[in-house]
Amino acid sequence: MNGTINVMQRELNGYFATPVAYVFLIIFLVMTGIFAFYLGNFYERGFADLDPFFRFHPWLYLFLVPAISMRLWAEERRSGTIELLLTLPLTTWQAVLGKFLAAWLFIGLALVLTLPMWLTVNYLGDADNGVIFAAYLGSWLMAGGFLAIGACMSALTRNQVVAFILSIVVCFMFLLSGLPMVMNLFNSWAPQIVLDGIASLSFLQHFADITKGVIDIRDLVYFALVIGFWLLANILILEVKKAD
Amino acid sequence: MIEAKSLCKSYGVFKAVDDLSFKVEAGQILGFLGPNGAGKSTTMKLLTGFLAPTSGTALINGIDVVENPVAARRNIGYLPEGAPSYGEMTVLQFLNFIARARLIAAKDIPASVEEAIAKLNLAKVRHQPIETLSKGFKRRVGLAQAIIHDPQILILDEPTDGLDPNQKREVRRLIRAMAKDKIIIISTHILEEVAAVCNRVMIIANGRLLADDSPLGLIARSRYHNAVSLVVEAPEKVASSLGELAQVRKVEIREGELTLFPSGEKGLLEAVTAAVRENQWQVSSLRLEAGRLDEVFHSITSAEAAA
Repeated sequence: MNGTINVMQRELNGYFATPVAYVFLIIFLVMTGIFAFYLGNFYERGFADLDPFFRFHPWLYLFLVPAISMRLWAEERRSGTIELLLTLPLTTWQAVLGKFLAAWLFIGLALVLTLPMWLTVNYLGDADNGVIFAAYLGSWLMAGGFLAIGACMSALTRNQVVAFILSIVVCFMFLLSGLPMVMNLFNSWAPQIVLDGIASLSFLQHFADITKGVIDIRDLVYFALVIGFWLLANILILEVKKAD
Repeated sequence: MIEAKSLCKSYGVFKAVDDLSFKVEAGQILGFLGPNGAGKSTTMKLLTGFLAPTSGTALINGIDVVENPVAARRNIGYLPEGAPSYGEMTVLQFLNFIARARLIAAKDIPASVEEAIAKLNLAKVRHQPIETLSKGFKRRVGLAQAIIHDPQILILDEPTDGLDPNQKREVRRLIRAMAKDKIIIISTHILEEVAAVCNRVMIIANGRLLADDSPLGLIARSRYHNAVSLVVEAPEKVASSLGELAQVRKVEIREGELTLFPSGEKGLLEAVTAAVRENQWQVSSLRLEAGRLDEVFHSITSAEAAA
């Protein structure tokens, strides 16, 4: 546990020692604002809720989370520090978990910094804060899912750009798996059970469920499983392919 | 104690490490010597548990590095090749991170960090980000993190690479000073380094162990061992005259310098000095050769390449 926390702290401090953290936070805040106000018609809708704000999170995460996750392991490989890290008396899972938690907390911080949106909506009207809280939780869980995929992709390569692109592609598939454009490909021939299986993989569907304010244990388990699966894959990749 | 048992590491058909077995006892400073790509670094990666061997294993103080890598690593301080470190951290932050990761008790961490900083002369740069440091300082930071937990076993991959001559001396002095009761393994391709710090040398090429000896033992394998070299006027005449001596097996002249190889009979140096005095040759230099490490290294590793 201490090993995990130590790696996590080092990683978090690393974000703030470089411009990465500040650039990310500013871009994230600006983008969420633009999406909510212009594309989501936050004011014009006349509802005191944060739906226009949360609706675009999956699409923002699609690009911004890989930007955070791409360096997690690729940078360790490039600079050779992976050899230093993995010869410390740590297990690989402690290192993987520590790095993941650091990035996840960092995205959590970015979400916390959007609280002015929440204050605004409460000022403007009588908002359902239960629903908003659930949506924040759902958004953070979904970010964790993206992040676990990105961390795993980052472990595959020493090149951050390759890690970035691979992450986007895999995240995109997970995002889209519930949408008609994907489902139509399978509708005509696949049995219902396969269709349900593919549809149930969708980040969008589970996220939408949570943002309605219903925190269903199945949605929580879903994101926990996604994160667990990709972190496990991350560990396996590192074990199999440690040196370049 | 380190005990390597038939360590093998192959990548496809390429054998980076091929059936290495050896034991290292406390007090030994073992030098891995070999051409680039010989498998020195890979062997170190196997010993530290960074890479898993294809077959075989190593015991670190009795702990199997394959079965129990985390426990085995606790006994080891390791400087990976190129001395990698987290560039955005300051020296102090980095050493604190390593100290915590090395499971040093929280109350002892400041003292351990200070000691490492003092030993490696890092006090001036303690608050500087590592990426802004010169190559020599980066190497010293790498050494500091390797010794911070006062490990019983130190594995240093090219510890003096990139250092200037004074820094090299300093690091070698440090290694010798730490050697008591410890096991230190260094890899190098600098021959003088082996003679300067090690009390045992293993020559590795193509992943195989070709020689395992003390530096003096290796030097004694040189064909120059106990040969006599002299620089003299009219070397050809002197050569034919000295070639008659019973103690001389063979004479070579290279760039005006005469080298007399011993036949095995004792008293070569005495016989040569007597002949010089008797014939009143004008000798400007005369020395007894200990042997040449580079020549031994070359003959051992190139015989392997030819085989």
